[in-house]
Amino acid sequence: MRRRQLILGLGGASGALAFTLGLGWLQSRGRAQPPAALLPLPIGEMGFALTNHRGEPVRPADWIGRPTMAFFGFTWCPDVCPTTLSDISGWLDELGPDADRLNTVFITVDPERDTQQVLADYLANFDPRITGLTGPLAEVERAVAGFRARFEKVPRDGDYTMDHTAGVFLFRADGRFASIIDYHEDRRFSLPKIRRVLT
Amino acid sequence: MKSLILSALLTLSAAPVLACETFTLGDLNIEHAWSRATIGADRPGVFYVEITNNGSTDDALIGIATPAAGMPMLHETVVTDGIASMPHAMSIPVPAGQTVELAPGGYHGMLMGLTTTLAEGDSFPVTLSFQNAGEVVVNVEVLSLRAEGPDCDDAN
Repeated sequence: MRRRQLILGLGGASGALAFTLGLGWLQSRGRAQPPAALLPLPIGEMGFALTNHRGEPVRPADWIGRPTMAFFGFTWCPDVCPTTLSDISGWLDELGPDADRLNTVFITVDPERDTQQVLADYLANFDPRITGLTGPLAEVERAVAGFRARFEKVPRDGDYTMDHTAGVFLFRADGRFASIIDYHEDRRFSLPKIRRVLT
Repeated sequence: MKSLILSALLTLSAAPVLACETFTLGDLNIEHAWSRATIGADRPGVFYVEITNNGSTDDALIGIATPAAGMPMLHETVVTDGIASMPHAMSIPVPAGQTVELAPGGYHGMLMGLTTTLAEGDSFPVTLSFQNAGEVVVNVEVLSLRAEGPDCDDAN
């Protein structure tokens, strides 16, 4: 009898554990890992509340009316992010005054380390038209989900790094998704893609 | 005033000298060793270089060491289904007759545990260890955080 209770108890506990794990998996899948085939939502249907590197609140609705170029990253990464930011600074240079009509935003996937001040210090090295966004992790997750992007914190040598969607997202002025500039895409195709959302 | 003129001259000079230096180790030519400036010493730094194997035997870069960082390692930026990740590279093949680049967006040295902030214009030594050729020390020039590579006459 006691033995049976014990077994039942164990069964219940492992069942509950499996349920919790399954729920956790579903939640993390649902939040940060949508199927890759889905297109980003129109900006008008996104919902998040973040803060820019100047300390001002930013909501997706603020971007409507101007074309938007947005990408995800984190300032602790030595390779991809400086390269992308430097590429984007180069594109903005080449576009000249036309680029003033773009919302150009860098959304951190590592808000734990990328505070508003850290973003401000980092972005001081790049084109001043690039706006950095950070905020509570849950709001970053909402933004990532709206873009149908993904990110994951990866423990590494007592520290951590972030895997994240590396492409640059382009949206038209009305908020509709236009295209993505892939990380390894030939740079000759990047500027025409940006010019297309500017017209 | 003198240092102001000097730094102005350094900024204006089109070809940074250090990153354009070539080092030789047996059949290997090593050039364009550069890094990016960092903000503080908490963030990892990066190390890029170009290695040409003029010999007839394959070799491989198996490690890097530098007094500038407590934990330097070899990494590769890999983009799979649009997601960038940065796995360790146990070794980087340098096949006979080929040039291998540690360059933005691909293989790179990741300098964890920087001992000091890397400022533009600084330089630091990195020891490269090869499976067959042995070791060589190269001077690494720190370029701006925005740099995409050194501006050498022989580049490209």
